[in-house]
Amino acid sequence: MNDLQLTLSRREALKRVIGLSLALSALELGSAGAAARGIGTDPNLLKKEIPWDRVLTPEEMKIVTVLGDIIIPADENGPAASAVGVPDFINEWVSAPYDAQQKSGKVIRDGLAWIDAESKKRFGKGFADAEAAQQTALLDDIVKEGTAARKAAHSFFTNFRDKVAGGYYSTPEGWKAIGYVGNVPMLEFPGPPPEVLKHLGLA
Amino acid sequence: MPVITPRKTLTSYDVLIVGSGAGGGMAAYTLTQAGLRVLMLEAGRDYSPEKETPMFQRADQAPLRGTSTPDKPFGFFDATVDGGWTVPNEPYMVRRTGTPGWVEASDWKAKETNQNFMWWRSRMLGGRTNHWGRISLRMGPYDFKPKSRDGLGLDWPIDYKDIEPWYDKTEALVGVFGSNEGLENTPDSLHGSLQPAPKPRGFELLTKKHCTPLGIPVIPSHLAILTKPLNNRAACFYATDCGRGCSIRANFQSTTVLLPPAVETGRLDIITEAMVREVLVGKDGKATGVLYIDRQSGQEERATARVVILAASGCESARILLNSKSGLFPNGLANGSGKVGRYLMDTVGSSLSGHIPALENCPPHNEDGASGMHMYMPWWGYKEQAAGKLGFARGYHIEFGGGRRMPGMGIFNPNDASYGRKFKEEARRYYGSILGFAGRGEMIPNDDSYCELDPDKKDKWGIPVLRFHWKWSDHEKQQAVHMQQTFKTIIESMGGTVMGTVQLDPEKAVMAGGTIIHEVGTTCMGADPKSSVLNQWSQAWECPNLFVTDGGPFASNADKNPTLSIMALAMRSCTYLAEEMKKGNIG
Repeated sequence: MNDLQLTLSRREALKRVIGLSLALSALELGSAGAAARGIGTDPNLLKKEIPWDRVLTPEEMKIVTVLGDIIIPADENGPAASAVGVPDFINEWVSAPYDAQQKSGKVIRDGLAWIDAESKKRFGKGFADAEAAQQTALLDDIVKEGTAARKAAHSFFTNFRDKVAGGYYSTPEGWKAIGYVGNVPMLEFPGPPPEVLKHLGLA
Repeated sequence: MPVITPRKTLTSYDVLIVGSGAGGGMAAYTLTQAGLRVLMLEAGRDYSPEKETPMFQRADQAPLRGTSTPDKPFGFFDATVDGGWTVPNEPYMVRRTGTPGWVEASDWKAKETNQNFMWWRSRMLGGRTNHWGRISLRMGPYDFKPKSRDGLGLDWPIDYKDIEPWYDKTEALVGVFGSNEGLENTPDSLHGSLQPAPKPRGFELLTKKHCTPLGIPVIPSHLAILTKPLNNRAACFYATDCGRGCSIRANFQSTTVLLPPAVETGRLDIITEAMVREVLVGKDGKATGVLYIDRQSGQEERATARVVILAASGCESARILLNSKSGLFPNGLANGSGKVGRYLMDTVGSSLSGHIPALENCPPHNEDGASGMHMYMPWWGYKEQAAGKLGFARGYHIEFGGGRRMPGMGIFNPNDASYGRKFKEEARRYYGSILGFAGRGEMIPNDDSYCELDPDKKDKWGIPVLRFHWKWSDHEKQQAVHMQQTFKTIIESMGGTVMGTVQLDPEKAVMAGGTIIHEVGTTCMGADPKSSVLNQWSQAWECPNLFVTDGGPFASNADKNPTLSIMALAMRSCTYLAEEMKKGNIG
């Protein structure tokens, strides 16, 4: 502080101190510690404002993107997960200051580290850089009953898959892919059409 | 909403109402229609559904895809402002299993709590009518005289025929859809006050098909949602979830249905951010007004009126009375009987979900409808019960839902190994195949369930807070087990698989008190001033110009959600009050 005061004008030094204290007073300490503000109990419902910083590293994001697109690839029913913002959503989720997201985030980040290390062990390359066949071979090992990989990473896989699915199917492209055709105003509620009644054995 | 500051209040009003929700809103509506000048005090902030409701926003337009968080326990888009199972700066005290003594309530997930009581509050104009489920069932003749029928609990000092005309008027004003089915203790609306119910959804018809051979009736529900325009309010357009509120005024909220016409009379002033601490009483024992804290300035203010009505919700009104101590009322205003805070009741709640293969791979179609269930199951066990076959008194109705809802977190897939193309196919296959069943049953009032002031704890404004005593009796526990067994039977008869555990342990089947958010009974009405707080007009026995028009007056908490009855009783009480004030008998 002394050096600043020597080289800056008093005005500039004062400005910096005030600025810092204002920034500090704006922080609300959440359960994750400093700079972890939640949504608050009276947010503007017409805006999507994420008040917390994203924590995933670029390396983690690479794996998140690749793995997300293996779980939900592009096909005739819709684009890949990374085409609709799922990687950023995963980052949003694990960075949230609430206990549930912090807990889930730990499982996911530990899992990303595991799958990257395992890929290096098996294939000499990180997961994001491995061949597609290598990536799926590793994944198949994780989901197979009784393997060491399953023991180590299955709960990571199901947790991660669950977040990818929620992030994906909540988008307009995701709605199309899953078959949600609601959220449109109608004059009357028509009830199920004939093909649905037939499908349900009610026709 | 026109809101005035304390400096602009009149020196006195005819009636002062504390609370702007179902009971307060209906009181203000009724009294202003009758020509009286009313001041309404609301603890929360001003709130406008027309401006603030997210009508078409998708889940990806919310933080964390709208999932439930401690800040917004019912999801991001839920209308609740500054509330939930805890309210900032306003603690309440509960018991926690495994911890001695009293602790400050802190849980935000009702299904995972080990607190004895969960208390939901919101701090906003219109209160909980902004986010409620809109379920509007009339209490039946049995429900007003339960003690006369089976010797348990309390009788009301009125019966169904006293309140029937007020149900008619309330349904016609609020706008309720439903049908008349002629079922036992499930009253029909005989004077044209119901709007037509919307067509059932596919999964509702499928459920009905399997419930009928089980002897369980599945009939149109009664929801406070318009299917036809009413009083310049638009009919529902069958899209947005009602819990968000409604900017087109198609569903019922005090803020869009009761307060605007009341304000339009020119006889209603509303002050928001006004936390009432106590009712003030003169030397003659009559109420003179209230003392409240301006939440923004922290200043103490007073408001004066000829009559005071408390409608702050059952527990909050009891709290205000208990905090209104004076020489004449050392145990709290109107509490000579000792019954203020007593006979606290909530609804018996238990739920179970199932995966129904018959709903898989359904051709995509719009199942949104009018937000809540279009059909429900009223209690059907009267004859079995009369024959002594059930092992519990009273009954419950069943609410159910699921199907093709707006996607968010929790995409269902029972296959924990799939990914890629297969996972996408499965997501599409299983979408819409989960149904949830919830029982809503009658609790009998007991001496071990009540709220009282905590001797030490105060809120941010120095007002003593409540602590909650709670006990379910064997009747409620057995009723909850019966719910679980019934849901399992329904799910399996549909060819489905129960998700999770069927909870047959009576100690675990029923959810914590307060979870269903139907707190009533804390200022019960009765025929005898020695054992009740209010008379049949919701007028305090000991303070004739004091009324309570929220859920506090209830002498029983039937298997019918209380809000419609709160409003019908408030309309009846305030019509009586207005007549008496004009005659000079009150105030």
